[in-house]
Amino acid sequence: MATTRSHRAQIRPLAEAVADLVHDGDAVAMEGFTHLIPFAAGHEIIRQGRRELELIRMTPDLLYDQMIGMGCARRLVFSYAGNPGVGSLHRLRDAVEHGWPAPLAIEEHSHAGMANRYAAGASNLPFGILRGYTGTDLVAHTDVRFVTCPFTGEELAAVPALRPDVAIVHAQEADRRGNVQLWGIPGVQKEAVLAAARALVTVERVVDELEPRAGGIVIPGWVIDAIAVAPRGAHPSYAHDLTERDNDFYKEWDRLSRDREEFQAWMREHVLDATEVPA
Amino acid sequence: MSGDVQTIVAARRLADARSVFIGVGRPSTAAILAREIINPELVLVYESGTIGAKPRTIPLSIGDGELAATADFVVSVPEMFNYWIQPGRIEVAFLGAAQVDPRGALNSTVIGDYAAPRTRLPGAGGAPEIARGCPRVMVVAPHSRRTFVAQLDFLTTPTAPEAVITDLGVLEPGDDGELTLTEIHPGVTVEQVRENTGWDLKVAGDLRVTDAPTAEEQRALEELVAR
Repeated sequence: MATTRSHRAQIRPLAEAVADLVHDGDAVAMEGFTHLIPFAAGHEIIRQGRRELELIRMTPDLLYDQMIGMGCARRLVFSYAGNPGVGSLHRLRDAVEHGWPAPLAIEEHSHAGMANRYAAGASNLPFGILRGYTGTDLVAHTDVRFVTCPFTGEELAAVPALRPDVAIVHAQEADRRGNVQLWGIPGVQKEAVLAAARALVTVERVVDELEPRAGGIVIPGWVIDAIAVAPRGAHPSYAHDLTERDNDFYKEWDRLSRDREEFQAWMREHVLDATEVPA
Repeated sequence: MSGDVQTIVAARRLADARSVFIGVGRPSTAAILAREIINPELVLVYESGTIGAKPRTIPLSIGDGELAATADFVVSVPEMFNYWIQPGRIEVAFLGAAQVDPRGALNSTVIGDYAAPRTRLPGAGGAPEIARGCPRVMVVAPHSRRTFVAQLDFLTTPTAPEAVITDLGVLEPGDDGELTLTEIHPGVTVEQVRENTGWDLKVAGDLRVTDAPTAEEQRALEELVAR
């Protein structure tokens, strides 16, 4: 049950790492809370034509909008499915409202619920607990139960641990032994990596030695399966201190993703016919 | 202009607050304005984990780089919800919603039936636990019959806000907990507010007209938006 990776992360080309670690039908968690979103890895999954994925992510963002629109997903587990500060995710809405390109099952939680589900998975506990969900209509539509605290008698929400087959995150840098450091908004990436059976980390660059950063989070190479170098691999999201969030693209996506054909044409030109950046 | 009054009225409500939890959009603009001209010690907290952010420009997303770069400190999502929000350490929550009911409960999940929605909205995000954890909740929403409804299509966030600040006025709970019109913005009529509310809106006996934005408030807001 507990994940014990005794190996050292291998630095590999992205296409190879994705082919090895992500399979049809897998539960895949690609995290990054508005920051460090692993777009390059997601685009590689789309290029490899993965199908029937259970996509897990607190904030699906443009990345899952693209993967859903390209038919990679059968199910979505999430807590906030919007284009941050802009509006709707049109491909996701089309899938939920009209079943295009395929019906999409959804399981939705609150952010606090998802965060505690990841933390429980990372802790190898069966569930997370929090004060929440009480009185919401979510209770009737999602996987939450209520438990009584054995010490105080307080009723608390219990949410099942997330145990993805594979977690994929993006970070600023890795050293040659596969240790990873990320800084800026840390989101829930560390928890996702530790909760998953397999983990892939894409990085902006490989360095000889990680230099400790204020607020930096280090994930050791021995809990990661593969590192792939993907410069600008978070675009249109960003890597703090290295690249800027492309707010104009987030606004532009609102327009070009509304129409199915325009969306497909964009994906063909920018994803399907593109190749990954060589490592 | 009415939107400006809404932002300024929301900012004034933060005059004595220690900390405020905000999403992007008008609540964020109001909180940034409050910190600049009303309450310089105000701690701005964004869901992305940035605590004590000091943005000079209006962020598009809660994860914009400026928020992390200017924050007192930045925390993970589990830490944000478990250590800061759940125990009530963030004093005020500014929330938005697609629908608000007569008691101030909120829907941000779907319009129509859940299984076959007419409009799929983004969903809960942090709202249910933020509303539950923060001691003071205020809602900032545009005033229309689409938003102010007698019955929510989906109850995302059970809450009883101390104020709902709209572009037409301010609603506050009466003795029975039902939202009551307590302030109208300059130039707005009671009839106009009632026409734009999807239930028979009660009006306070001591209804006030919002103080018009001062020249300083108006100038500061214009400067902020233009930056």
